[in-house]
Amino acid sequence: MKTFKIGGVHPSENKLSATSPIRRSGLPKQAVFSLYQHIGAPAKPVVAKGDTVKVGTVLAEADGFVSVPVHSSVSGRVSKIDAVVDASGYRRPAIFVDVEGDEWEESIDRSDAVVPLAGRPDLTAESIVAKIREAGIVGMGGATFPCHVKLTPPKGTKAECVVINAVECEPYLTADHRLMLEKPEEILIGTSLIMKAVGVDRGYIGIERNKPDAIALLQEKAKAYPHIEIVPLQVKYPQGGEKQLIAAVTGREVPAPPALPIHVGVIVQNVGTTFAIYEAVMKNKPLFERVITVTGKNLQTPSNLLARIGTPMSQLIEECGGLPDDTGKVIGGGPMMGKALQHLDVPVCKGSSGLLLLSERESRRTAPQPCIRCAKCVSACPMGLEPYLLATASSLRKWDVAEENGITSCIECGSCQFTCPSFRPILDNVRMGKTTVMALIRARNTK
Amino acid sequence: MNVILIAVGILGAVGLISSVVLYVVSKKFTVVEDERIGRVAEVLPQANCGGCGFPGCSGFAAACVKAADAGSLDGKLCPVGGQAVMEKVAGILGLAVTESTPKVAVVRCNGTCANRPRVVEYDGVRSCRVQLLSGTGETACAFGCLGGGDCVAACQFGALSINAETGLPQVNEDLCTACGACVKTCPRKVIELRPKGPKNRRMVVMCVNRDKGAVANKICKASCIGCGKCVKTCPFEAITLNNNLAYIDPEKCKLCRKCEEACPKGAIHALNFPPRKPKTEAVTAPDSGTASAVKTEV
Repeated sequence: MKTFKIGGVHPSENKLSATSPIRRSGLPKQAVFSLYQHIGAPAKPVVAKGDTVKVGTVLAEADGFVSVPVHSSVSGRVSKIDAVVDASGYRRPAIFVDVEGDEWEESIDRSDAVVPLAGRPDLTAESIVAKIREAGIVGMGGATFPCHVKLTPPKGTKAECVVINAVECEPYLTADHRLMLEKPEEILIGTSLIMKAVGVDRGYIGIERNKPDAIALLQEKAKAYPHIEIVPLQVKYPQGGEKQLIAAVTGREVPAPPALPIHVGVIVQNVGTTFAIYEAVMKNKPLFERVITVTGKNLQTPSNLLARIGTPMSQLIEECGGLPDDTGKVIGGGPMMGKALQHLDVPVCKGSSGLLLLSERESRRTAPQPCIRCAKCVSACPMGLEPYLLATASSLRKWDVAEENGITSCIECGSCQFTCPSFRPILDNVRMGKTTVMALIRARNTK
Repeated sequence: MNVILIAVGILGAVGLISSVVLYVVSKKFTVVEDERIGRVAEVLPQANCGGCGFPGCSGFAAACVKAADAGSLDGKLCPVGGQAVMEKVAGILGLAVTESTPKVAVVRCNGTCANRPRVVEYDGVRSCRVQLLSGTGETACAFGCLGGGDCVAACQFGALSINAETGLPQVNEDLCTACGACVKTCPRKVIELRPKGPKNRRMVVMCVNRDKGAVANKICKASCIGCGKCVKTCPFEAITLNNNLAYIDPEKCKLCRKCEEACPKGAIHALNFPPRKPKTEAVTAPDSGTASAVKTEV
């Protein structure tokens, strides 16, 4: 069974919601659209207070190449443009829409019929990328990098294959798993669209083998798609990391930053993104809803919800049985890389893959003990770094030492902190060091 | 016997050639260091704090000598040694010393536990920089002090400590040398170096919040809401209002304390003044008065 070679850990899977089918969440009373739902320049609002919008109306347009538009997920009236504390924990400008009815833009195809690739001979690589850009699609695994940028390889590079990330290595999360079980055909068409957009004839879908039903189903369906291969992978965290996935599926190693996957000829897209691409190109539907796993051991019904973007998280929790009394932390994303939310009215955004409710006991940190030099973090690091060294260098503000030891390669997966027997806050310090070193490098380059 | 002679001969020849090479190189690449640099460095405090803006004390000494060759020591100041050390430096270099105003670090935030309620609980590493990665910190204020103590760790002179009651850093003004290490470290730019002022007295706006008044008012009891009352009150035009935040120019301020009375939020502090006489205190102190003033303003 294939997997990546260096490091990795195996946290308890806890896929509580794996058997619950995706269901639609209700419409919110008010939807909030952050302008910072993607990496890059924030979107520029094109609506004003009092404007009426429909589902799919552009609320804010892309500001530059590395930026995407934001579409309304509800119909109603724009009530204000104001700052809101979003999932990042920072106050950021957002557009508030008061919901009235549920009226969609006429251009969106709302039927359930699957449109095969053969049904649209008019599509070219350029038109697919343009459509993806228009639809505001970003990497939906959580990184939220604008999708069209990834599909436009920089000069001097050439894509050779496409890898679809269906690993879902974060514990608890099952959104991608359910999507594969319920929309396999659409995902395969989406993969074909990406392959067509970048002009390659080889595609892989990497799935960890803790999802045997999804592997079997996709292998069955993929018989009609000779260019797409389903690759079952050994279960290991962080296999969903771009570089780890490329190593696992193709055996290629992506060099240290600033090198990108495209430098080894690979383009990686998340399976949720692939589905969004299918909907955007074939159904003319911009990205305004996504599957999000709402889960937790104390939660009454852990579920996979198809939620409109802008819905407050509190509503999703209500739909899954309400906030349990014993709740210590609410995490946006998975337990390994997710971020604790500051309040429950944080709106769903394009990168929200999960909502995890941890009990008081689960969320408590253990007091750190001195480092015993066991080097467990070193063997766990999937990037081959020395986390204990980077953490110490960062906390002592030795930025040059941190930089020399490759702190910018860190993917912030948290394997080091997970495995540390002394409960040291390794990732906290490394992340701080990485941000500072990146800022220093940027300052140096602009000088 | 012959073998030994050959060995001695070769070794001798190698030694001779090497010595010639070394001699030539040492003559050609000799570095003549200005002996004044060493003498200046001797009188410096050797704190190597970088507060002067140069890499360590020897760097500063070299810069002073260079500046002296250009004719003046203007703008060169060792914040740790202060005026006394600069006089010695000037003496060595044969120049008149330029006057400098002694400075001190001021933490411009009064968001104490009582004034600024904690809205979330942070359980990670106690460091401002680490805390900032997870969001805006424990309070709703996106500008003020995080209380993580990065400045305390940065201070070489033990002049800063976190006050357990307020959760904010406090400056021991006798120990502070105004080297500026805390200013550089603070990720929120809360700390400022201000002139010590006559008898150590200074007027300071104890807030760095640039939110709109209504927002700032909600998140902290002691925030500047940018109402501009102090600007109107100041007889010396020492106060400016930028981005909803008042700033007192220490050069222009004449310490009349009128702004302190005018501020509806009590955000302007008079530091190191003797306690006021009871009569004037009655005007500023009552809380009800402050609250009503806020209401009418907002």
